[in-house]
Amino acid sequence: MDDILREFVTETSESIENVDRELVRLEQEPNNEQVLRHIFRLVHTIKGTCGFLGLSRLETLAHAAEDLMSRFREGAPVTSEAVTVILATIDRVKLILKGLEEAEREPEGSDEALVEALERLARGAAAGPPVIAVESPPAAAPEPPDPTARERPEPARAPPARRTDPVSRLPVTPGVQSVRVGLDALEGLMTMVSELVLTRNQLIDISRRSELTEFNAPLQRLSTVTAELQARVMKTRMQPISTAWQKLPRLARDLSAELGKDIELVMSGAETELDRQVLELIKDPLTHLIRNAADHGIETPLERMRVGKPGRGVIRVSAAHESGTISIEIADDGRGLDIPRIAALAVERELATAAEVETMSEAQIARFIFAPGFSTVREVSHVSGRGVGMDVVRTNIELIGGSVDVSWTPGAGSVFTLKIPLTLAILAALIIETGGQRFAIPQVVVVELVQPRNSSEHRLATINGQAVLLLRDMTLPVLRLSRLLGLPGEDRPVDDSFIVIMRVGKRSFGVIVDAVFHTEEIVVKPMSALLKGLTFFSGNTILGDGRVILILDPNGVAAAAGDAPAAAGRESGEADAALGPLRQERTAFLVFRAGDGEPRAVPLASVTRLEEFDASRIETLGGRRVVQYRGDLLPLVGLGPDGAVPASGVQPVLVFSERGRIAGLAVDEVVDIIEDHLDVRPVGQSPGVVGTAVIHGRATEIVDVAHYLPLACPDWFEPNEQSRASGARRVLLLESTPFFRGLLGPVLKAAGYDVVAMADGQEALELLESDRRFDALVLDVEAPGVGGFEIAEALLGDRRAPLPIIGLATRPSRETLDRAQRLGLFEFVAKFDREGLLAALADGLQAREAAA
Amino acid sequence: MSVAPTSTREPGGERVAVTDYVTVFVDGQLFGLPIASVQDVFMRGQMTPVPGAPPEILGLINLRGRVLTALSLRRLLGLADPLAQGAMVVGVEHGGESFGLLVDRVGEVLSLPVSDRRANPGNLDPAWARFARGIYWLPEGLLVVLDIDAALGLGGAPAEPDGAI
Repeated sequence: MDDILREFVTETSESIENVDRELVRLEQEPNNEQVLRHIFRLVHTIKGTCGFLGLSRLETLAHAAEDLMSRFREGAPVTSEAVTVILATIDRVKLILKGLEEAEREPEGSDEALVEALERLARGAAAGPPVIAVESPPAAAPEPPDPTARERPEPARAPPARRTDPVSRLPVTPGVQSVRVGLDALEGLMTMVSELVLTRNQLIDISRRSELTEFNAPLQRLSTVTAELQARVMKTRMQPISTAWQKLPRLARDLSAELGKDIELVMSGAETELDRQVLELIKDPLTHLIRNAADHGIETPLERMRVGKPGRGVIRVSAAHESGTISIEIADDGRGLDIPRIAALAVERELATAAEVETMSEAQIARFIFAPGFSTVREVSHVSGRGVGMDVVRTNIELIGGSVDVSWTPGAGSVFTLKIPLTLAILAALIIETGGQRFAIPQVVVVELVQPRNSSEHRLATINGQAVLLLRDMTLPVLRLSRLLGLPGEDRPVDDSFIVIMRVGKRSFGVIVDAVFHTEEIVVKPMSALLKGLTFFSGNTILGDGRVILILDPNGVAAAAGDAPAAAGRESGEADAALGPLRQERTAFLVFRAGDGEPRAVPLASVTRLEEFDASRIETLGGRRVVQYRGDLLPLVGLGPDGAVPASGVQPVLVFSERGRIAGLAVDEVVDIIEDHLDVRPVGQSPGVVGTAVIHGRATEIVDVAHYLPLACPDWFEPNEQSRASGARRVLLLESTPFFRGLLGPVLKAAGYDVVAMADGQEALELLESDRRFDALVLDVEAPGVGGFEIAEALLGDRRAPLPIIGLATRPSRETLDRAQRLGLFEFVAKFDREGLLAALADGLQAREAAA
Repeated sequence: MSVAPTSTREPGGERVAVTDYVTVFVDGQLFGLPIASVQDVFMRGQMTPVPGAPPEILGLINLRGRVLTALSLRRLLGLADPLAQGAMVVGVEHGGESFGLLVDRVGEVLSLPVSDRRANPGNLDPAWARFARGIYWLPEGLLVVLDIDAALGLGGAPAEPDGAI
């Protein structure tokens, strides 16, 4: 096709969508000057360009529409009839454009009736203030196009006022420069950037293992540049969600007319941006949800009046960013869901038995509307289709890793909520291992990680061979991932495993895996067409170390976990409440980025201060990086593989102090302070990492400060003068997890204690039987088998002088605390609270000496 | 699949249409893969198995940042499957995707005159006949011309007559 013509078709198609939307707005706000001017300008531009290209059909139509529009601008009332005719004209224009695109010329046909209607309306509208008579110009005499001929005088028939109007100047928007780029060019760019990200990750991985340090600086730069490039390319693919919304006002208007209802569409958050690939995929579901709301939700004006609502129904569409996802709500103020009817239909359609429905909650029954082949409208209306709609909506949304849910208030309306990923190309994933193979789980569905040994917080049991987990007061189905995938590892004891709690839509379930590693941003590669039939995998990716791993499809796994909506008979609201305790016992985390850009965190309580230093102030002293700080020297260490501190820019530093010593951890960027529950899970043998915790819905590495600070300040854990003077007390530390043992052991040693660190409670007990020379015990009450409580219990019967016992728990619950009190534990400390532990220990020893 | 001549040569001044084949050995049998459809030949490296995949799909391979789906030619041909499931991989492209065919050994590239290609013998195992596009009589034995598209089309879904996915 001719380039100019193609350009014209593309551009006009875009602006015509705008006219559609704007017109509906005009009908609602007939006095809105700005809207009117906007529409007029669009029509005017189309007309001008058509004339220039000799497209006579289009030009005649645009011209007649423009005339009618200009009547409105002169103050004629905007009637619903006029808008209908203009919309019909727009439809015709679209039809001709389609013909143009296919055949490169205007299709045959007559627009006489339409033009006549437009002219008649223009004449009618012209009644009132006298205006210049309108004559239809011959189609063969094209108008001078805008902007190329804007210096030329406008045709005489135009009212003189129009010449000074800003409209004629508007097509040349100064300052905005843009280039049209084909979508495939952007896609290609994205693919290349994805590969670059992978290669970067591989390089970082190699450099971590290598002894060579000379690569670190350029690698750091490469890493920053890559991240920036990735962000920018992603940005080019981002479009405001309004592009998917453009057709909705028109749709709502057509639906009003068709259904004999009065419907107003209110949209907010139109500027919310998301990946255009995702946008394309949500257009149809959105359209369907609007149809559904108009058809099933909103009542007729009469019905509405009868129940005391305004005759006009409102459908609200809103979009907002929500931690890595887009949340779209379609809310109507209609009648809400008719639960008894849905239940009856579910039974009728054999989706459930009457007995089953009897035991279901309303939320569970409501989910039947998403079941295949379900429709609540007895007579199939052509508006919302044949009951294939909602399940298709659900399927399409779930296909792109999103979810859809419904809530409602009887008589007051319903709300459909879509959760959509921002992009399909890159995804944060939790890397896990089962049956000797690693897999990636999309981060968005991971709620929490649990160790399956029975504690006061959770219990694991089996019902007829099916595992279930009692987590706080919620019963969750649990699957063994190795069994699901047919991998070896069936006889592996559950005690060494982890349960990943996943949430898909409102369904929560647990998956038993052998090990949990880190979170990684992965570039999703599609599965081969030969493997598309596998429901458990949604794609694959190449990890930093070069190995290919499969990405688990949460929907496929959820389906295997049983399709029961919500967990074990709880309504969604209650399920939220049951997950509530997570949020009640919160710990503040300082979240930051360093090294590869992944989020990391340290408990805020451990940080003394946040500072920013200009890099020029950082000096090198005896091979160490230091900065002058409050009359002292603050040694710095970076989080990179070599502990290097960047040499330029402003350097954010987390300052730590313990027992009169200070040291700083240089990070790339401090992200936020986030309060979340403290639930740290160990990762493999990773120096510098305490474990992974889900913070704000993202698995985040908890940095082991104890690993880094000695790098900055080598004598960090050396006992200082003060503590040495107090004489070495002998402390038994029982801690089952290696990372906390590694974390707390040095702290106690540094404070001057003679520490015996043990991992096994039984051995600890045996040692205590034979060795009486301990002054205090620090016991992990969460240790499997013989734990802190069991030891305390065993020691109760002991007639020897009671030893102060400090209990350790990651997150002490009330029951734990009660039990601690009953057993006479001296104090209870959270495992992260090092200062708290030292204080408790000191107090305990003091109390013991006072008693002695 | 194209088994169209890739070049011509002129022995004794006479123009003869030839096709170049990458030859591979599977279970002692010589196969020819039209060179136009072969992208790489490499040693088998780390492979990620795909749980639940059809038996002929051995897993996924990372080849310089691309993910290849690896298929066992042995299993496709219904041959015994000893521990060595092929030491070499032939990288091919099909339907816009990259695949790796695992074979025992890769031989040399042969230029064979198009006119020498014979039809499949009538008693060829139907499992083989689906992938075989004729044979060559070579001094060292029989060479079976392999139709890569047909072989890959059969990997997952049930075979369709034209071998397409």
